[in-house]
Amino acid sequence: MSRLPLTPSATVGPYLAIGLTWEDGEFVVPEDTEGAIWIRGTVFDGNGDVVPDALVETWQADPEGRFDHPDDPRGAVAHPGFRGFGRAQTVPDGEFALCTLKPGRVPDGEGGLQAPHVDVSVFARGLLDRVVTRVYFADEAEANAADAVLQGLPEDRRATLLATPTDDGYRFDVRLQGDRETVFFAV
Amino acid sequence: MTRTTPAAAPAGLHLPRYLREDPAARTPVGFAGYRSTAVRAPLRTPVDLPHRLTEVTGPLLGEDRVRPEDADLTRRAGGEAVGQRIVVHGRVLDSDGRPVPHTLVEIWQANAAGRYRHVVDTWPAPLDPHFDGLGRVVTDAEGRYEFLTVKPGAYPWRNHDNAWRPAHIHFSLFGRAFTQRLVTQMYFPDDPLFFQDPIYNAIPEAARPAAVSRFDHSRTVDHWALAFEWDVVLRGADQTPFETEDDGDVA
Ligand SMILES: [Fe+2]
Repeated sequence: MSRLPLTPSATVGPYLAIGLTWEDGEFVVPEDTEGAIWIRGTVFDGNGDVVPDALVETWQADPEGRFDHPDDPRGAVAHPGFRGFGRAQTVPDGEFALCTLKPGRVPDGEGGLQAPHVDVSVFARGLLDRVVTRVYFADEAEANAADAVLQGLPEDRRATLLATPTDDGYRFDVRLQGDRETVFFAV
Repeated sequence: MTRTTPAAAPAGLHLPRYLREDPAARTPVGFAGYRSTAVRAPLRTPVDLPHRLTEVTGPLLGEDRVRPEDADLTRRAGGEAVGQRIVVHGRVLDSDGRPVPHTLVEIWQANAAGRYRHVVDTWPAPLDPHFDGLGRVVTDAEGRYEFLTVKPGAYPWRNHDNAWRPAHIHFSLFGRAFTQRLVTQMYFPDDPLFFQDPIYNAIPEAARPAAVSRFDHSRTVDHWALAFEWDVVLRGADQTPFETEDDGDVA
C-alpha cells in the first residue's frame, strides 16, 4: 500500500503566542492538587543567552505510570484534573513553569520498567522542527539506574536530562547547543 | 487473555508502531539560509528514542478547547476583518490515508496587510481592529476541518536583504500520539516569494508540494469567498495486533 507523503514541519516563528497560548496551559493539574509540583527551567541558545520566545510542551504518565489514552491497554487511574499535557512559554523572563504531578514508572514493553520521565517538545523561532527531550528526576537514582534509555547514554550526557530538586519541585534547563547541549531524541 | 497486571510490565502490550520518517524527507531542524537557526538548532545528532507508551499516547484534546466562533477569523471584536475572504479546509490524515478524527487544529496568521497582532511585530503595516489572527477547530469524524479567514499578506523580516515571507498560515496539530505532533505552515499556490524564502526552501524539494494548498474552485462561495484546500498528513501507525503474546519486540 502506498503511503501519503507527510506534511513537512516548519518553525513556529516569533508570533507563536497568538496561536498557542492557553490560559491554563501550564497547569497539567490544578495548582491546589495534592502532591502538585512545579517543573521550572530556562532554555539557552548556543551563546548561552536565554531564549525568550520558546514554547515547551510536556506529556507524561500519571503517578501510577498510566496514560488516559485508548492505546494504554491498562486504562487510566483517576486523578481528578490531571491532563498529562502541559504547555508553557518562556516569557517574559525566559523561564517556563509547569504545574504537574510526578509521573510513576512506565512499562517498557519488554518486561521492565522505565524510570519516571516526562516527554518534552521545544518549539522556537530558529528551530524548523520541534526538538524532543525527556525530563528524568535526579532523586530517582535507583529507577534511573535501571532505565534503558538513560543507561544507553554516555554518563556526562545523561546528566543533561536530570531535573534537580528545588523548594517547590524540580529545575530542568534546556541547552540547545554547547558543551552541555541537552540530549535530544529522534522520535 | 488480557494481561493487565499493573505492577510488572506486561510483555504483551499491543501498541501501535509509528513509522519513523526518513531524515532526508524531513525539514531539518537547522538550515544555513535561516540565520537564527545558527545558535538555536542543536548540533549533535539526536538519539533514537524507542516508541514506548509515552510516545504512542498523547493528549486527546477536543471540543472543550474550542468555541464555535473560533472557526471564523473574519468576525472579531464586533466587526468584519478587511481582506480577501477565503475558506481554508481539508482533512487531517495519517500516512496510510486514515482520517484523524476529533483532533485539535490551531492556526495563527498575519492580517491581510501582513501584520501580526503581536508586540514584536512593529513594521509599518496597519493592524485591523477586527482581526486577531487566531483560529481553532476540532476535526469531524472524517478528519475534516474548515476555517473562514482572510488571505494573509506577505511580510518583511530581517533574515537577509529585502527578505519577505511568502503568505502563510501557521498550523498546529496533535494527532493521537506524541510521535505525531506537528507544527507547520500552509502556503498558497504559485507564490512569487518562494524563491528567496529560506523557511520554504529548507523543506526537502520532494516534500515542498505537501506544504502548499490548492485553489479549490468547488468550495468558493459566490459573492462571498474564495477557497483553498490543504490536507495535513501525520505519521501512520501499524495497528496490526501481534499474533504471539511472547513477542518481545513491542512498544
Ligand atoms: Fe508567520
